[in-house]
Amino acid sequence: MSSKTPLHAKHLEAGAKMVDFFGWDMPINYGSQIEEHNAVRTDAGMFDVSHMTIVDVQGDDAKAFLQKLVANDVAKLTVPGKALYTGMLNEQGGVIDDLIIYFFSDTEYRLVVNSATREKDLAHLAVVSADFSVSVTERPEFAMIAVQGPNAKAKTAKVLSDAQQEAVADMKPFFGVQAGDLFIATTGYTGEDGYEIVVPNEQAADLWQQLLDAGVAPAGLGARDTLRLEAGMNLYGQDMDESVSPLAANMAWTIAWEPAERNFIGREVVEQQRADKSTDKLVGLVLEEKGVLRGGLKVICDAGEGVITSGTFSPTLGHSIALARVPREIGDTAQVEMRKKLVNVKVVKPCFVRQGKAVV
Amino acid sequence: MSNIPSELKYASSHEWVRAEGDGTFTVGITEHAQELLGDMVFVELPEVGDEVDAGEDCAVAESVKAASDIYAPIGGEIVAINEELEDAPETVNSDPYGDGWLFRIKASDASELDNLLDAEGYTNSIDED
Repeated sequence: MSSKTPLHAKHLEAGAKMVDFFGWDMPINYGSQIEEHNAVRTDAGMFDVSHMTIVDVQGDDAKAFLQKLVANDVAKLTVPGKALYTGMLNEQGGVIDDLIIYFFSDTEYRLVVNSATREKDLAHLAVVSADFSVSVTERPEFAMIAVQGPNAKAKTAKVLSDAQQEAVADMKPFFGVQAGDLFIATTGYTGEDGYEIVVPNEQAADLWQQLLDAGVAPAGLGARDTLRLEAGMNLYGQDMDESVSPLAANMAWTIAWEPAERNFIGREVVEQQRADKSTDKLVGLVLEEKGVLRGGLKVICDAGEGVITSGTFSPTLGHSIALARVPREIGDTAQVEMRKKLVNVKVVKPCFVRQGKAVV
Repeated sequence: MSNIPSELKYASSHEWVRAEGDGTFTVGITEHAQELLGDMVFVELPEVGDEVDAGEDCAVAESVKAASDIYAPIGGEIVAINEELEDAPETVNSDPYGDGWLFRIKASDASELDNLLDAEGYTNSIDED
């Protein structure tokens, strides 16, 4: 029996094509994935991300617990509402999951983790938190809607109260604020401006409808994947997993090495990998001829072989792009084995589109 | 339920065939097939003059989701291809039985048509999927 979000009926009403997503019955598209993608790049689209797992961490040791749990350092967070992207690692330095942490105070944080990894994440949180004076509370009573695109904020403003509009008015990127019944954050997974809005389950369908009426286009998981890939954002389970070092997944920037005495889980292993330069790295690939790079395809370069972790057709660029884990000595070009032949690809930084504009 | 015109013949691999009355046959993919594949991003067609056998893979429809081989429903010579698809592959999604046609074959053995399904047979074959 698959799980349904509080927005399930709204998806069916909109004619969504539903698919199983790790036990959740979710919309893959509402007709055309590319049109939904373009709506987010040029106007405003919204995604049901209620399947994601919200966990609140509270208690005297909340800060110390998170400093142990994740590779980035929550001590960087000093302004209430500020968010941090990071990974939680296992003792072998592999990525258990990537997550966003919102800071409210040194004793109060909110974590948003992936849905596909929910059970193992909660199990890991339970084990690590046992040594700290903290409570770890899942919040299944909330749904979440991501509104993204250049017009996302303006269109969302139409459905917010005056007090809520004021609360988010000058909010910088990567912040969140509780405003009335809504927790509104300037985060996202598309490379565009917008909000991620946490809403009580029973209010979710109404909020969705109000956003529809304000001209926000519903977008499915298909568009979510092409948008995040264009933005060069990792997808857990594809671009990294428990067998992959964050250093091989373009996540070095999410690790805080200082202070050296902060002993986060996995530190010893990734510190050694960093000193030895022993891991592969994650790069972007661009295919300018016909065809679509797909996850799992082999990448061949002078320095050896690698693998495409995510690939797609980029609607914004009009050709295919991919993320690939490859030897760190890779040059500016490589070849990909595709449908029994080798095609030439450009090797670029793993970010293709930001704020509607090509960056490759 | 997707549209399956009764005047066409079908292959179980989701191609449709239309007799043009001059010994040539137009081939495309069904509405059901384009629904399964999702938004089309590239269509790779054979070249005019190519000889193909029935069942031979001779084109590729690549969508956001997957690359899918297209098989020649009957054997013969490719006499025309839909060059419009180069710049507008999405026509396969919007008009699969019309402007979204793929190629035209001059049949080498018209009796091969008998091996194809009629609309009812194709409907049954996709119901089993």
